[in-house]
Amino acid sequence: MKLNNYIPIILVTAALALVPLVFSSNALANFMAMALIITLAAQGWNILGGVAGQTSFGHAFFFGIGCYTAAMLQFHFGINAWVAFILALVAGAGAGFILGFLSFRAGLRGSYFALITLAFAELMRILANASEWTGGAAGLLLKLKPGLANMQFESRASFLWLALAFVFVGLVISRAIAGSRFGAQLVAVRENEDAARALGVDVLAVKLKAISLSGAMTAAAGVLYVQNFLYIDANIGFGVWISIEALLAPLVGGRGLVLGPLIGTVTLHGLGELTKSFAGRTPGIDLMVFAVVLIGVVAFASGGVLGLLRRFAPGLARRIAA
Amino acid sequence: MYSPTILIEAVINGLLTGAIYALIALGLTLVYGVLHIINFAHGAILASAMFAVWGLKTLFGIDPYLSILVLATVFFCLGYGVQRLIIGPAAKGEDGNILLITLGISIFIENALLAGFGSDTRSINSDFAFSIVEAGPFLISSPRLVGFAGSLIVTALLWFIMSRTDAGKAIRAVAREKLGASLMGIDVGHVYALTFGLGCAALAVAAGLLMPTFYVNPRIGGAFVNIAFTIVVLGGMGSIPGAMIGGLLIGLVESLSGLLLGESLGQIGIFIIFILVLLLKPTGLFGAKA
Repeated sequence: MKLNNYIPIILVTAALALVPLVFSSNALANFMAMALIITLAAQGWNILGGVAGQTSFGHAFFFGIGCYTAAMLQFHFGINAWVAFILALVAGAGAGFILGFLSFRAGLRGSYFALITLAFAELMRILANASEWTGGAAGLLLKLKPGLANMQFESRASFLWLALAFVFVGLVISRAIAGSRFGAQLVAVRENEDAARALGVDVLAVKLKAISLSGAMTAAAGVLYVQNFLYIDANIGFGVWISIEALLAPLVGGRGLVLGPLIGTVTLHGLGELTKSFAGRTPGIDLMVFAVVLIGVVAFASGGVLGLLRRFAPGLARRIAA
Repeated sequence: MYSPTILIEAVINGLLTGAIYALIALGLTLVYGVLHIINFAHGAILASAMFAVWGLKTLFGIDPYLSILVLATVFFCLGYGVQRLIIGPAAKGEDGNILLITLGISIFIENALLAGFGSDTRSINSDFAFSIVEAGPFLISSPRLVGFAGSLIVTALLWFIMSRTDAGKAIRAVAREKLGASLMGIDVGHVYALTFGLGCAALAVAAGLLMPTFYVNPRIGGAFVNIAFTIVVLGGMGSIPGAMIGGLLIGLVESLSGLLLGESLGQIGIFIIFILVLLLKPTGLFGAKA
């Protein structure tokens, strides 16, 4: 473990931590809060979909499990938010393990795997929408109890720092994986599963580890969402929107790369805000831009923003993406 | 328990709806069978076809059934163009890329509809929508009966194209062995686009048959496409008869589980089937070896 590898991560995080101190704009704070939540969800996606190459179209499954575990434990049992957070991580990892165990053992890959993740997310959306435990279609509203002990903050800056701390942990984990034996095994599975197996990689075990970790990370993003908005319903928690966000960001930023999700989220949502300022508040216009960017990235720049950087400014890219 | 009349009526309604589902799944399974990709834009294309039917009726007073002829042609051309000009070149032959590009197209269409029409739900008003055929003790909605018949006709037509025409022969050849087909002088890019166009044309027909009794909004595609995925997986990816039988089965399941579990939980039966088939027999009932 070389400390040098972590310098870009530390610098980026430090720079972001200064933002709430320098700018006091509410709009910027809201933008940043949402961007950090999405980044964390996307970091989870990136471990499974980017590094291990198992494209999921249903990461809302994990996001929603994080949201609802945290919200229901606090709502029904008055359990402390931090304890609920830990349990949500466990639930996310467990959900990942179960989904992975079922689908990887059945040999599902590519389109089939994408489909089954989508199906699980949709199944949960319908259940959460119908069950009384989850508040049904009306959703769950948490009580406002500001304080670090309750993971709720009166100042926007404090929430941003908490979210940033989560993203930082996500970055460190991703970086550690990238330089580890486990990371190499994941890449081997992505590039050629049969060859990896022939070389002695326990493909199922490696994939299960990846999907559990991925599930826990995206569930953490769900907890952040609940703690920020103190509200959750089925179309937010298990909605298609977060599945798409979690997938788009790493693809646009740089699939499988440590900083990919963060750079992708900032790029996409920066573009989205820019479009809105030109085109007004017409609904859907920002997502149209996202779609064009996605197609453009797949067609012309499979390495995403970091890939472009590598092509046109190799020195800078080496320093960031190490 | 439910009286037999209610049960039988649910079965009839399920089969009638199922036939339309089958028609929607037909395009999906056709594209899968040849291009070996799941077209995630399928639902969004259906939504845009439904908007087109709605627009023709509201602006020009063209009957939905009449607009089918026009729209099937238009959507065939659109589908051909999209595959030839966007999906084909952008995918560079990689399946994972096609998956993402069709997802991108789907997001684009859905949000373009949202930007253009807003999120309001729209429907067509016509007297025919409420007309009913009496068959003994059962009341059957006429537009649904037309939908059923239309769906069967299109399936038969597609079956005929695939098995009896040169174009169909070329499509089957490419589906079986892409390289071999291209060595025999078949233009693979053209066949891909042809298949995609046929899939889109089937969607335009489905839209025309659906609109008299259904409503449309920009997000409507999602509801249908999940059902279509289930049907395609159940019937076996790429199998036309599989799509038909799968569609009827899913229509039945939806109708009966809606009756037994209530409206909001009714869809669950479909997803459970979907997940079970994927896990236990991903080749489906009629599918060839995956």
